This record gives sequence, structure tokens and C-alpha cells, in this order.
Amino acid sequence: MTPPDSRIEVRKTYKLYIGGQFPRSESGHSYVVDDAKGRFVANAALASRKDARDAVQAARAAFGGWSGKTAYNRAQILYRVAEIMEDRRPQFVEAVRQSEGLTPTQAGKALDASIDRLVWYAGWADKITQVTGNANPVAGPFFNLSTPEPTGVVAVVAPQQSSLLGLVSVVAPVVVTGNTAVVLASPGRPLPAVTFSEVLATSDVPGGVVNILTGKHSNTAPTLASHMDVNAIDLTGLAGDSAQAAALEESAADNLKRVLRPPATEPDWTLEPGIGRMTTFLETKTVWHPIGV
Amino acid sequence: MAANKHSTSSTTQARFDYAPAPESRAIVDIKPSYGLFVGGEFVDGHGRSFKTISPSTEEVLAEIAEADEADVDNAVKVARRAFRTWGRMPGSERAKYLYRIARIIQERGREIAVLESIDNGKPIKETRDVDVPIAAAHFFYYAGWADKLAYAGYGTTPLGVAGQVIPWNFPLLMLAWKIAPALACGNTVVLKPAETTPLTALLFAEICQQADLPAGVVNIITGAGSTGQALVAHPDVDKVAFTGSTAVGRAIAKSVAGSHKKVTLELGGKAANIVFDDAPIDQAIEGIVNGIFFNQGHVCCAGSRLLVQESVADEVLARLKRRMATLRLGDPLDKNTDIGAINSAEQLDKIRELSDIGEAEGAGRWSPPCELPKHGFWFPPTVFTNVTQAHRIAREEIFGPVLSVLTFRTPAEAVEKANNTPYGLSAGVWTDKGSRILHMANKLKAGVVWANTFNKFDPTSPFGGYKESGYGREGGRHGLAAYLKGEDL
Repeated sequence: MTPPDSRIEVRKTYKLYIGGQFPRSESGHSYVVDDAKGRFVANAALASRKDARDAVQAARAAFGGWSGKTAYNRAQILYRVAEIMEDRRPQFVEAVRQSEGLTPTQAGKALDASIDRLVWYAGWADKITQVTGNANPVAGPFFNLSTPEPTGVVAVVAPQQSSLLGLVSVVAPVVVTGNTAVVLASPGRPLPAVTFSEVLATSDVPGGVVNILTGKHSNTAPTLASHMDVNAIDLTGLAGDSAQAAALEESAADNLKRVLRPPATEPDWTLEPGIGRMTTFLETKTVWHPIGV
Repeated sequence: MAANKHSTSSTTQARFDYAPAPESRAIVDIKPSYGLFVGGEFVDGHGRSFKTISPSTEEVLAEIAEADEADVDNAVKVARRAFRTWGRMPGSERAKYLYRIARIIQERGREIAVLESIDNGKPIKETRDVDVPIAAAHFFYYAGWADKLAYAGYGTTPLGVAGQVIPWNFPLLMLAWKIAPALACGNTVVLKPAETTPLTALLFAEICQQADLPAGVVNIITGAGSTGQALVAHPDVDKVAFTGSTAVGRAIAKSVAGSHKKVTLELGGKAANIVFDDAPIDQAIEGIVNGIFFNQGHVCCAGSRLLVQESVADEVLARLKRRMATLRLGDPLDKNTDIGAINSAEQLDKIRELSDIGEAEGAGRWSPPCELPKHGFWFPPTVFTNVTQAHRIAREEIFGPVLSVLTFRTPAEAVEKANNTPYGLSAGVWTDKGSRILHMANKLKAGVVWANTFNKFDPTSPFGGYKESGYGREGGRHGLAAYLKGEDL
């Protein structure tokens, strides 16, 4: 028997990323992901409410270690993520091309921008404290210093259109300062996020720092918004859906989460960001101590 | 404990009585009734008027107008109109108005202090030495920012009309925390003081007139919860700033969901004041007393949970009780008074209820011998021992002169217990070891950490909470962020 002239491809199973592991949804559910032209690409895991709660637990468990690392170390780890993405160019270009219906050149540019964005945020790790902290000249014999600290566990509803650059642009600013994240990938374009999670798993990012769920917002977003152990929520991915965003913001008030409201339309992610996505998820701690001999 | 008028010595030693040293009331001129301050003048309100009383005597002080929904709407419209000129005025000119206000607060300082003591019930030594000077300092500090916003890092674009709702525990000081940064950044404000303490806010309205502040830049509307609700829910308010309970803060956060409004909330607390065995004990005792009995414990950042290391717990408690016995409770206008009146009958009921629950749940209750005045609302300084983390007095904000004492053995246990609360406003650490202070300061989930000191406030120092103690900062450069468009995303 002669061998076939083209071999049968080994396909990838697209899974969730929780606590550094790649589980299927505990619910056993999956959903069909098509490419931009409507052709079947894969079955992705359909995250359940329980998956969302598991992810919060993993993020909380990872918070102490991640926020306790030196800023220099977090910077190096995020930079390492950028390195590994660069290393996997063909895979990302293909995933973005497929998801967003771009040409290979356009998809390559989106990848370039994503990598550069990570490098940009990585550099902020040991500078944000200097830019947002303060020595305060109080009227008395006291040392008084204000420093930023990460808020805690941040739920992130990632952009729906920009499947990789948008994703990186909302995840990096949350975690670079020491927060941990539970990220809802674009429901319609989730596959680049899954590939991104495979990069995270091989880039020295501790398990649980970034958790990525694929599936429908209706399953997971309300759970995260009302979860009492989530400290903040970024609703950027709900651009244009003000009713859903308002409902989630209302739930988020239960434990006074910090809320980043969505814009009316999805932003142009190619523009250089400001520092607002970092500062929204930072607390300011002010320490007083008397001065004396 | 020494009551001001009938000094009852609890020790066998002879003790000289303090002579009464009351500050004169003659300096204040309380009108029989007050309207709303809108558009630079006092106007009638259309709600039902209410009375403000002196909590130390229950004497009716004045009749206060209540703003109904139409009054709120009108005040917001007036503020919007004023914003068109105020928001565009050069910062250097806005600054001069704020400097004027700061100066007038200083000039009329004693009058304000007396009025605040009468309306709020807090001791004159606190209004005179804390509330009034820090309020003036806030205006002075933020005046200087008005023409330097470009250096602060939050842009220079004001938000518009700020709706501000403040509590009764530091009436004028909270007003200053709200109005000074708002105006410096170019916003106009509609502010609602607390229903039980409106008088110094209405005096502040007169100060705005004396300063020739353009009409409508500051509007003061009086009323209760429904007036506040109407204000924060008004669609033309761009910024909501609230200081008060976590329950109300949560309701406000829900009511503004989906709107364009920027919100800062400064809410409740249940601060841990942590005393290690190597702490300077005498200083720590003063810090514990100041932490919980300052302002009758009506302080969101009060050190209401004393965490004391087991090895020194007995000594600390004995010294604390001895110190508590010297606190003088009584006439707020007496210059020797340490503890004044509880602000309202309602608050007194809440303190009594939670204290009774503390006793029922098995904690040991102690107050120094104490004669309470016959009229007015009073509660003796109280300490609960053998408190566990499950006790309601260790979990809920009492907002009164009631201290819960817990013990710990290791720094890790102290951190665990201190952070075991949904609140995160402040914390205290007492130890002689510098590295331990910095370790604790890192680990405590609180917006303000006082190390070897407590309850210090300054206009340059940001104040505000983690977790359910709210979000946003007041004071310092950070305080500007609440009133400007802010950093780009």
C-alpha cells in the first residue's frame, strides 16, 4: 500500500485556561466557532457559571504570589510573553486571519501591534508606582507616602472584534500592576485567545494569574459581575451594548467593584494607550509615620 | 470617668475638679429658619421643612428648608449655567476665590467651631483644632492647584456639575473635602449636607457670598435621604461624590449604573488598630483612645477593632482602662471636654443596640464610672473584651465610642484578622520595629495606614478606601482625579 500524498492533520482541541490548567468546561458543553466567512473551524469550550467561579478561585489563589513579585520580575515575565508570541508568529497570524477575516498581511500587523503592546505594558511594571505615587508634604512631623497597589481579582470582558490586539490591550494593563484576571474571550472570535493562553502557560506566568474563558457572555458575565470575591470588572467588550453593561454594573455594586464602563463603539486598538487601564485597577495606599529622634 | 459638672472621683486619691470652661455661644447668630442656597441667594424650599437640634441639649436650633425634586432640579440647572463661565475661567482666577474662602474660614474660625459644636455635639476642642483649621487648609491647598492642573496628570478638563452628599460626623470638613477640589478643577457643585447638621454648610453659603463667589458655583440644598437621592439620580449631574454608609453607597452605585456619571464613594470602615508587644505602650494607649473616642467614634476610619498581641494584652487593657477613666464627657462647648454628645437619637439607638448585642453574644463590656447628662444623647466610652471575629461588634460598623478588643500571637495572624472584613478604609500599627511596620503596611488592605500614630488628616494626603469602603481618593494630588476627565485609557 502506498502512503497518501497528503497526511491527515492532527487538530487542536480548544479548551479553557483556568489556574494554569486546560480543562474542558466542567459542564461538558461546547459551541461551534466559525471563521469570518462562516465556515466551521472548531468546537470551543462553552464556559459555565461554575467554570467562572473556578476561575475566580484560581485568580484569588494566584493574587498573593503575583502581586508580591517584584515589579521588575513581572516586567520580565510579560516581556517573555511577548517573546513567545513572536516565536509563534505563523500560528497567531493564521488564527487572527481566520477569526477576523483579514489578509495575512493585515493579520501580521495585528500580531506586531499585539506584541509591541505587551512590550509597552511590560515596561510599565516598575514605572507606574513612580508616576502615580506621591510623597505628601503634610503639615506636621510625619513621613507620608502614597503608593499604588493592585485592586485584586479583575474580571475582564474582552473586546469582541479585535480578537488578539484587543485582548492583549485589556489583559496586559490589568496584570502588569499585580492584579490577577478572569478574562471572557470574544464569544464570536475566541480562538486567538485560546492560543494566547497556550503562550501564557509556557511563559513563566504563574497559573491563575490570567484565566481565559471561552463561550457566551450570558453564561459567565453575570456570575463574575455579582461575584463577591471579584474586586473589579472591565466591561470594554460590551461596547455598544449599554443595557447589558448597565445590568452588570448594577450587579457589580453589590460589593462595590471598581467598574470600567464600555465605550459606545469598540476603540481603535492600534492607537497608543494612556495609563487609564492600569490606574482604574489600582488602589492608592497612604502610609503615615511620625518623624522624631 | 470625670463628668464635667459633677466630678466623681473613681480613685481614693483626692482630685481637684475642673472648673467649667465653656466657650461663649454669643459669637454665633443662629437664625430661626434657613432656606436653600441656590444661585447665590437663599430661597424657599418646597418640601416639608425640618428642625435641627442640639444633640447635647435637644434644644431646637432652627427650622431648615427641605429641597424637593423640583428644588433639586432647579439647583442643578443653576449649577449648569454657572459651569459655563466657571469652567472656562482661568485657573488663576478660580484660585483667588478659593484663597478668599480659605481666609474667611480662618477669620470666622471660632464662630464656625462653636456653631459646629452646637449643631453636631462634638467637643469644641476638636472643632477648633481639627475640623475648622483642616477645612481652611483644604481650600488653601486646592486653591493652589487650580492653575497647575496640567502638572497633576489627570488632564485639565472639568466634568461639569458635581452632586455631593456629605455626612454629619465632620459637617464642614467633609464639605471642604468635596467643594475645594471640585471648584479648583472648574466644576460647579450642588451639595447636600446631612439632615442633622446643616448649619455650618449654611454658614458656608454666607462665606461664599462674602467671597463674592459667582452665583451658582456653589449651591447648598438641605433635606434628608430623598433629597440626596434626587440629587445623585439627576440626569444632568456629571459627578457624584458621597461620604456615608456602605449601604447608601451601594444604593448610589446601583442607581448610577449605566450612566455617564463619574463616582467617588467614601464609605464605612472597621479599622484594625494593631499593637505589637514591642510597641511604645504609652503612645499606643493615646493612639487607641484617639482612634476610637475621637469625635465620639463617629469616624469612618475609627480604630474600632483593637488587635493586641497576647503577651501584652493584659497590660494594654489595664492602662487603657485607666486612661479611659480620665476622659471627660459632657458639654461640647466646654474646652475641657473630651467626649461630646452622640449626634442623634437614631444613632444612639444603633450604638445601644449593637453594644447590647455584643454583651448578649458573650463579650465582656466595660465603661468607666460615668454620669451622663440628663438631656441630650450620650453614650459612655465603652470597651469590649473577649471579642471574636464572629461577633457582630467585630464585623459591623458601630460608629460610636465602642472598642472591640481581639488578640493575636503572630504578625501573620494579625494581618489575617485585620483583613478579615469587607471594609478597607484604614488601619493602625504600633511597633518599634521599622521592618515590621513596612511589612504590615504592605499586607494591610486599607487605603490609609497609620503607623505609630492614628487619625491624622491633611489636605495633601489622599484618603479613601479599599473594597467595600468605597473608591476614589480625597485629598492630595490624587483627590483631583475625582473632578477631572482623567487619564486616557
